[in-house]
Amino acid sequence: MEMRQALAKELDRLMEINPNIVVIDADLSKPNGLMALKKKYPERAFDVGIAEQNMASIAAGMSSYGFIPFINTFTPFATRRICDQIAISIAYAKQNVKIIGTDPGISAEYNGGTHMSFEDIGVLRSIPDIVIFEPVDTVQLSKAMPQILDYNGPVYIRMFRKEISNIFSKEEQFSLFSTSNLQKGNDLSIFCSGLMVQETMKANEELSKIGIKADIINVHTLKPLDKPSILKSVKKTGAVLTVENHNVIGGLKSAICEFLMEEYPVPLKSIGINDKFGQVGKIDYLKKIYKMQAEDIVKAAVEIKSKRKN
Amino acid sequence: MLKLDKECRIIRKLILKTIGTLGVGHIGGSLSIVEALVVLYANHMNCDPQNPKMAGRDRLIVSKGHSGPAVYSVLARKGYFSEDWLLTLNQPGTNLPSHCDMNLTPGIDMTTGSLGQGFSCAAGIAKASKIRNDGATIYAIIGDGESQEGQIWEASMFASQHKLDNLIAFTDYNKMQIDGTIDEICALEPLDAKWRAFGWDVVVVKNGHDCNEIDSAIRFAKFSNKPTMIILHTIKGNGISFAESAGVDSHSMQVNKELLAKAMEELEKAIID
Repeated sequence: MEMRQALAKELDRLMEINPNIVVIDADLSKPNGLMALKKKYPERAFDVGIAEQNMASIAAGMSSYGFIPFINTFTPFATRRICDQIAISIAYAKQNVKIIGTDPGISAEYNGGTHMSFEDIGVLRSIPDIVIFEPVDTVQLSKAMPQILDYNGPVYIRMFRKEISNIFSKEEQFSLFSTSNLQKGNDLSIFCSGLMVQETMKANEELSKIGIKADIINVHTLKPLDKPSILKSVKKTGAVLTVENHNVIGGLKSAICEFLMEEYPVPLKSIGINDKFGQVGKIDYLKKIYKMQAEDIVKAAVEIKSKRKN
Repeated sequence: MLKLDKECRIIRKLILKTIGTLGVGHIGGSLSIVEALVVLYANHMNCDPQNPKMAGRDRLIVSKGHSGPAVYSVLARKGYFSEDWLLTLNQPGTNLPSHCDMNLTPGIDMTTGSLGQGFSCAAGIAKASKIRNDGATIYAIIGDGESQEGQIWEASMFASQHKLDNLIAFTDYNKMQIDGTIDEICALEPLDAKWRAFGWDVVVVKNGHDCNEIDSAIRFAKFSNKPTMIILHTIKGNGISFAESAGVDSHSMQVNKELLAKAMEELEKAIID
């Protein structure tokens, strides 16, 4: 199933139960798979046109009236373009608005550099009280949505919108504010997020072949960090590799470093965008260009394991 | 409306006291909007100072959030909080910051200060009220300089598209902004034609300090089947001679003890008259 289909299905289910949910689009409900909601709930699912800053503040106003708005657009427009509206109308005013950004990082593919957000997490992470969540697959997204709804405050949902293979099973427990463990190991801690979780698991097949057993942890919620889980893993392994579809400045690597440098400094390497702008290309091509392939993850894992603290 | 004119002079006195406590503040844009605030709260706003979060109440979003001192003075007079609070403007731990904050001040319906945003919030609130079908009227006040923000016009299109006839807005058209006059910086004219072109009804109030004119404009707007913009031709710093004569510099200015005493004397005299 495509991520956007899972999103639409879950929103539809929640809107049926909760009359306070509103869905607001800025002329991208078609690519985000939300057109059907507008037909089914014409009053509560509507478009503001290409006016993202207006969308954010309208949502804040509706939240002040008791509604729970979900605003939707591509990640660059959901974050850097409307940073001030998120900071002031939503976060500072303590409004309960959920922000959905699709096509994160290299998944913007042929839309290229203008649409390729490598900085969106960094933009929002320094605004107080915002939860930042990046689902890995449709299972995780579907399980997260009711918890996101229950959280009274702004949440940024940074999500891939197309077909993706599921990593998690429906039976597994999920908590929005706890990391998800993908494999237990002692040789190093790999903290991975979003689109790069699948690539990390691919790399893990190679690591297993050469006898490296990593503690692999999906940090689906980048803010607030599940610090106890991260610390527990790092105390066990003594080395860290972060893997993300974002600039290594401001995203997962930064969040992990900021925490560990104060609590338990260990050798660390990172896979992600090394402070570059985006460009056109398919995901596989872009992974190669930005050195985010499984082989890059393997190489970095081997290197950092050799420098482990323990 | 003689009673309201007297109330306006009392509000001006409170604004002076409020800003005078710290000795600096947004005096010009507070004084230009006094009459609109007084008329709204005296004759139109369905609200309850004892229950500031009353469901279905009318709401006021002061998108030009730096007019906080004027709004706070009116709210205090209305009974939302003690007039003593006014002396705490911008003091450490205050509930009355420079710019309006819904989480700090009873009676403030939206946090504003980053210009343009409050107007979109007002449009969202008007839309929310329509969905709830609770019959509330949503009032918004924007600045003329604020009208240079693109977000104002995004919100105006949204309000028109969604037929938000429960939204009544005011432009405080005092013709001045921080760096100069509106015409020098980025002119707005023809302002009424712009709003009409965006699908709004427009009422031009030639004297934005005439309570009668303002009251009539609001009564007209309530019967409109469109969102309505009431353009108030106002004077920045109105009613206090030192602020009026400061012109563009009255946006945020020092109010020393001498100026304060002189202005208070002017107002006392006006109140007695």
